Amino acid sequence: MPIVPSDKHPEACISRTLIPAGEPSLTELKAGQTLRILDLEGNQAVDTLFFSAANPRERYDVQRTLRKQGQVYLSAGSVLWSNLGNPMLSIVADTCGRHDTLGGACAQESNTVRYALDKRYMHSCRDNFLRASLHDGRLSKADIGHNINFFMNVPVTAEGGLTFEDGISGAGKYVELLAHMDVIVLISNCPQLNNPCNGWNPTPAELLVWN
Amino acid sequence: MNELRTTLYETIVPGGGHTSFVLKRGQLLRLTDLEGGGNASVLLFNAAEKSERLNLPDSLKCQHTVKLTAGHCLYSDMGRVLAAITADSCGWHDSLGGVLNAAEVQEKYGQGRYQELRNGFFRNGADNLLVEMGKWDMRLQDLLMCLNLFSRVDVDADGCFRFATGNSRAGDYVELYAPMDTLVVLTALQHPMDPNPQYAPKPIGLTWQQVASDGISVLCRTSRPENGRGFHNTERLFI
Repeated sequence: MPIVPSDKHPEACISRTLIPAGEPSLTELKAGQTLRILDLEGNQAVDTLFFSAANPRERYDVQRTLRKQGQVYLSAGSVLWSNLGNPMLSIVADTCGRHDTLGGACAQESNTVRYALDKRYMHSCRDNFLRASLHDGRLSKADIGHNINFFMNVPVTAEGGLTFEDGISGAGKYVELLAHMDVIVLISNCPQLNNPCNGWNPTPAELLVWN
Repeated sequence: MNELRTTLYETIVPGGGHTSFVLKRGQLLRLTDLEGGGNASVLLFNAAEKSERLNLPDSLKCQHTVKLTAGHCLYSDMGRVLAAITADSCGWHDSLGGVLNAAEVQEKYGQGRYQELRNGFFRNGADNLLVEMGKWDMRLQDLLMCLNLFSRVDVDADGCFRFATGNSRAGDYVELYAPMDTLVVLTALQHPMDPNPQYAPKPIGLTWQQVASDGISVLCRTSRPENGRGFHNTERLFI
């Protein structure tokens, strides 16, 4: 789990955006810009999707990304590849050390399966993704692919098991991504209350952008 | 299990081939690795509402597994069971590797054009799946994570991958039971991490069977409490 701190200073960033607990965010990043996702209070899961701004049908591809790096976890040095085979962003700094890309996003429907039928009406990441996408107009349900869960710890065992562990993140930990193309960044700051992905206590995250 | 079964149809998808069909509610599809070392890349959709599609992250996390085998369910994004793995002689099917696109196939195997090789040309999983999806009016956006039947990719303590050669032998099979009408899209191509430098995809046998009752799915329904709720959600389609 490489820990690679950033040399960027918050005073030099061009924007700071707070994403309150449980809310969506849809922003854009230009090629060459760097995005820091900051886990303000620790243990938060930040569910994130990336799309090419020039062609939103081009998007982050989990299986290609994992295959090309020969590794199941994301951290500093990981390149995020698109479904068309292009590098979209690179993780250039990371003080958390490991991020999940297999666990997907919570949804009303998957909550009924995972927890109980009566959990259907709890707030979810899928609802956030859809709300932001349909207001924006460039994205629809078909575009909602399989996301990255920044700061989430989902170890794979030698026996092929998949476990959800208490977060390895903490207050003030961050991940930084350098954009190789103009991208749409779609985030659900996870509202999940049923598992330890965010310590059963969703908290705000912050986005900082540098030119 | 000795359920009453009627074989409806059998066919072989040659190495490099692709196909798609609706596996009807209550039917069973047996896929057979005829020669050993085969791989079938598979996508699943709700045949009646194709925006509902296989969601591997949901399938993996609700069953706490990255390997798929008998007793596991394959879930849609709507919390329903598109297919249940009711039998498996192989023991491990991969959910990590995905499929290669045309550029990646050329990089791995070299150029293999139709112009020189005719129907032996080098195909790729992304295009094969997209072609079949296009026949049902689906789009690039619907090509998400696929599962690779008959292949195994191990993950070590550091998270690194290792492709397991010899995971599937000649005659190994896996059975998918459909508790709803499920559109199956598949292609028979080598797994992307298969270290064999030669383009040499293997044929996959397909057998459709009608089973007398849904008792065949008991193993999957009861293997985890999550799956009982997944079948409950699926059955609500038919009230």
